[in-house]
Amino acid sequence: MSEPRANGPELSVEVWRGRAEGRFQTYRVPLRPSQTVLDVVTYVQRRIDPTLSYRFACRVGMCGSCAMMVNGAPRWTCRTHVARVAKDRRLRLAPLRNLPVIKDLAADMTPFFDKWREAEARFLPSSPRAAATARIPPADPERAAADAAIECIGCGVCHAACDVVAWQPDYLGPAALNRAWTLVNDARDADRRAHLAAVAGDAGCHACHSHQSCATFCPKGLNPTASIAGLKRASALALLAGRL
Amino acid sequence: MDARVQGGAVVGGRRELWLFVLQRASAALLAPLVLVHLATMIYAIQGGLSAAEILARTRASVAWPLLYALFVAAASVHGAIGLRTIVREMTPWRGASLDAAAVAFALACLALGFRAVGALA
Amino acid sequence: MSGPARWRNHPGYGAFVVHRVSGLLLALFLPAHLYVLGLAIEGEAALDSFLRWTEAAPVKLAEAGLALLLAAHLAGGLRLLAIEFLPWTDRQKTLLALAGGFSAFAALLFLLNAL
Repeated sequence: MSEPRANGPELSVEVWRGRAEGRFQTYRVPLRPSQTVLDVVTYVQRRIDPTLSYRFACRVGMCGSCAMMVNGAPRWTCRTHVARVAKDRRLRLAPLRNLPVIKDLAADMTPFFDKWREAEARFLPSSPRAAATARIPPADPERAAADAAIECIGCGVCHAACDVVAWQPDYLGPAALNRAWTLVNDARDADRRAHLAAVAGDAGCHACHSHQSCATFCPKGLNPTASIAGLKRASALALLAGRL
Repeated sequence: MDARVQGGAVVGGRRELWLFVLQRASAALLAPLVLVHLATMIYAIQGGLSAAEILARTRASVAWPLLYALFVAAASVHGAIGLRTIVREMTPWRGASLDAAAVAFALACLALGFRAVGALA
Repeated sequence: MSGPARWRNHPGYGAFVVHRVSGLLLALFLPAHLYVLGLAIEGEAALDSFLRWTEAAPVKLAEAGLALLLAAHLAGGLRLLAIEFLPWTDRQKTLLALAGGFSAFAALLFLLNAL
């Protein structure tokens, strides 16, 4: 391995290499101002070791593809500054937790998105495309509840932060449940009861322990814990009313 | 046991949701009872405990044994569901044998508890 | 492979650990507690002989510990019920501080009265 010799300060970067079985490999990367964690990974891949696999696309916090474990916490790496998370100039990078590893820093997101489908976390249209746009007052309480939970970019950070996902692998997880909550509150949806029924199963919303790790680490500042609490209330009431 | 969505229809039970509701309902019942229990403990511990003192208090009114009977019932259910959750999350033990063990724990607590309430009444 | 579990490094997770540990210990203590109270059915003497054992200082300290567990589980549980059944509040750290303060207060009061 030929590591370019740097003159200025350096970062010591441990990077996971391999799949479920593997090891951390250490690289030395020059420290730069305003450097993001994704910049560091890109430097390693382009300048030191082209066999390193990782995933990114937009580099500006929109696509949700570059999330990884950074020093033991899940982060979107394109908007995580090294200066904020590596005060001692050390980085330890691993693929997102609670997901299978494809290779190196690339986690397999399939189980994550499977849960969105299991949670019925997709809009069920109630009127044809040609119909007039639905009018929903911004101050409507349902609209406000849905509003607080949209803007998810599907990065998987909450899924990786959640210990309930780790302890109960069937658990639908914060991202899918957060999305389901927006649909339960969507007046345009054709079957809101179906969304509620899908999250009330034996690995549904009530498995959540309100750790709030999802809300703590969500890079978009969303609060899946609050969304899941809404689902717990709604599903418990529906159960007691005999509507589930 | 596990609910699975197949073509939008949920297949499976609502056992975990029922247990969630039962756990929160017993918690809501326990909250004021535990508060009373804490206050009684702090009051009664002064000058040490004696059987005569405890029995004088619990036999003063029929309300005490009734309150404690409710307390025993709620705590037995709450403890059993809580232990079952911990076991499911922290150990590989699942399924019917675990459910049976949780029921057995609740029944044992109920039996011991009602025996105690009977003795104090 | 993840190294330090820093995703657990926030107050909400700490509150969960307190709730889980206190709940586990209280649930295990419950049958023993009920059994001892049931001794009264054999007459005051049986219960009194046990109560004399509880006069020892280490036992009193352990009882104060139980009071702390009970108060912590109560306060933490009320906080969870508030999260799940009341509208969301962003004052989560305030709620945690209140729960912690209440637990410490109740346990200290018990200890001061026990000694």
